[in-house]
Amino acid sequence: MKILVPVKRVPDPTQKAKLKDGHIDLTGASWIVNTFDEYAVETALRLVENGADGTRLPGAEIIVVSIGPDDAAKEIRTCLAMGADRAIHVVATDAEIDSLAVTKVLKGVVEAEKPDLVIMGKQAVDGDANQVGQMLAGKLGWPQATFAATVELAADKQSLLVGREVDGGVEYKRVPLHSVITVDLRIVGSKSVKNGVTPESHAYSGEGARLPSLKGIMAAKKKPMATAKLADYGVEAQPSIKELSVTLPPPRKAGEIVADIPTLVKKLADEAKAL
Amino acid sequence: MGNVLAFCEFSDDGLRTSALANLTFARQAAQAHGGEVIALVMGGGVQGAAAAAAKYAPKVLVVDEPTLAHYLAETYAPIVARLAKEHGATVVCATATSVGKDLMPRVASLLDAGQASDISKLEGKDTFVRPILSGNANSTVQISTPIICVTPRQTEFEPAPELGAAGAVTAAPAGTIDALGATFDRLDAQKSDRPDLGDAKVVVSGGRGMKNGENFKVLEELADLLGAAMGASRAATDAGMVPADWQVGQTGKIVAPKLYFAVAISGAIQHLAGMKGSKTIVAINKNKDEPIFQVADYGIVADWEKAVPELIAEIKKLKASR
Ligand SMILES: Cc1cc2nc3c(=O)[nH]c(=O)nc-3n(C[C@H](O)[C@H](O)[C@H](O)COP(=O)(O)OP(=O)(O)OC[C@H]3O[C@@H](n4cnc5c(N)ncnc54)[C@H](O)[C@@H]3O)c2cc1C
Ligand SMILES: Nc1ncnc2c1ncn2[C@@H]1O[C@H](COP(=O)(O)O)[C@@H](O)[C@H]1O
Repeated sequence: MKILVPVKRVPDPTQKAKLKDGHIDLTGASWIVNTFDEYAVETALRLVENGADGTRLPGAEIIVVSIGPDDAAKEIRTCLAMGADRAIHVVATDAEIDSLAVTKVLKGVVEAEKPDLVIMGKQAVDGDANQVGQMLAGKLGWPQATFAATVELAADKQSLLVGREVDGGVEYKRVPLHSVITVDLRIVGSKSVKNGVTPESHAYSGEGARLPSLKGIMAAKKKPMATAKLADYGVEAQPSIKELSVTLPPPRKAGEIVADIPTLVKKLADEAKAL
Repeated sequence: MGNVLAFCEFSDDGLRTSALANLTFARQAAQAHGGEVIALVMGGGVQGAAAAAAKYAPKVLVVDEPTLAHYLAETYAPIVARLAKEHGATVVCATATSVGKDLMPRVASLLDAGQASDISKLEGKDTFVRPILSGNANSTVQISTPIICVTPRQTEFEPAPELGAAGAVTAAPAGTIDALGATFDRLDAQKSDRPDLGDAKVVVSGGRGMKNGENFKVLEELADLLGAAMGASRAATDAGMVPADWQVGQTGKIVAPKLYFAVAISGAIQHLAGMKGSKTIVAINKNKDEPIFQVADYGIVADWEKAVPELIAEIKKLKASR
């Protein structure tokens, strides 16, 4: 099974947002692999390994692809250190791309690499858009299973049953191979991914994606990372979605610590008129 | 000049409240584009929903076809995209629900349209405001494609009022339907008599500090006393204490009730992103230094084991005195 995982590097969300010239100031920011994309790499790994002993299934290959500036290479290496086999880095600055451009590049990569599956994060936690996966599936004419909390590979390995987090419950959708899956938080639950090889009794730690091991980090240095340009995929650096400006909402006024419950209820009723 | 095609979700009782928010956005967009709102109702056996939609839009397109009974992005998106072109739409929109978020970007890619997801405001014809960075910043974006796809955020647009006269309902053909091999298997729904999290007036949420699902009973008692919806932090849903679809936050539900209770929740940015828009926030936490107290209007520093039963008793007293 060949799996393509698109990953984006994003500013570490624990940093405080500040502005410069009406846009988010990222000078000196620290960067991470978008958490949902890290989960997507984890999902891909769980689909192609025996979780009990960590052995890879024959014929498995995981390719990560990222469209981002030169120094995004560092975050791409992190994914290789987790266990992905090789990487494609399409070098472009954030100002040169929008989700349509990203989608077109990813479509080009899919056509060149012909993966069986694309597994990606449901949303990049900087822009919080939650759209590229759906757009890529639409452009490819492939089925999509978004917001995946569980995936189960069928015995014949030709389809997947995906548990999707939807308003009001979990929807189970079956998609054939050659589809796009976008993953939600709970995909890293201890038993969320079933590939028919990992014993039923095996439980992953459930504490998110795996951390790269020292061995993984060493191995990642030698793994192939191809670089490419937008033009290689026929994409111009002319985004049709432009950010005009960014503002920071006024912080919510800190309230008061109330001494006891009777005072709270009185204030909720009389002051806030909320009861 | 361009029309606005508004995809409307419905239930057995008519249009969903979430769809009414979309129609409010659609009216604003139609005014900016000098066109009219065309409501789109799709599914199997949807004539009732179409009639309901006609109360809110001058034109309703209805695609009624048994094979569309279950929503699938694969079958719905091509129909929405085709109807958008056939009916001169320059804006296509659906509320940012789990269906809208799944559907609209796919429609956008079929139309080569720019997509503005989860927007909070229409600023101009092609300009929108959307929260980014877990709601810690607002980004104004301009989209230059001829057609624009949008998912407005339910909590930021009031439910549209009915129009004076009922709109004209027209049947639209489904055309060839191809699910590309995808099938709907089943929905594991949580049945509940409580209001939807998305449009509840009061929300009671619990976090990791509740320790287990059994302990949530006391919060449910508080919720039922207030006619509230139940919510939770990711830590509580991930631990399996409560259903996953109770999660409030950046990646869960965005809520903006009149009154929000955060009980044993620390106030991580991702949680705050989902509830900061609430009118009045009450936090109950045993640790006075938690970030939740920085957004709460009223804070109680106490163990929930003691505070919540007392709160229930006190509210009952208040109700009895009225
Ligand atoms: C990509 C990503 C997306 C995320 N999305 C979301 C999201 O949508 N929603 C969300 O909620 N989180 C989300 N999170 C997780 C978030 O970062 C926090 O981990 C989570 O919100 C913490 O939940 P909590 O406050 O219940 O738990 P904790 O942070 O562990 O807090 C527990 C609280 O309970 C209090 N407490 C303990 N015992 C008692 C007691 N007896 N009485 C009173 N108080 C008590 C403690 O003082 C503490 O404040 C996301 C994280 C990531 C990485
Ligand atoms: N620049 C990028 N390079 C690679 N993948 C991306 C990029 N931007 C977005 N993606 C993928 O698309 C997903 C959804 O992103 P978004 O729609 O921007 O929230 C992410 O989780 C990534 O998997």
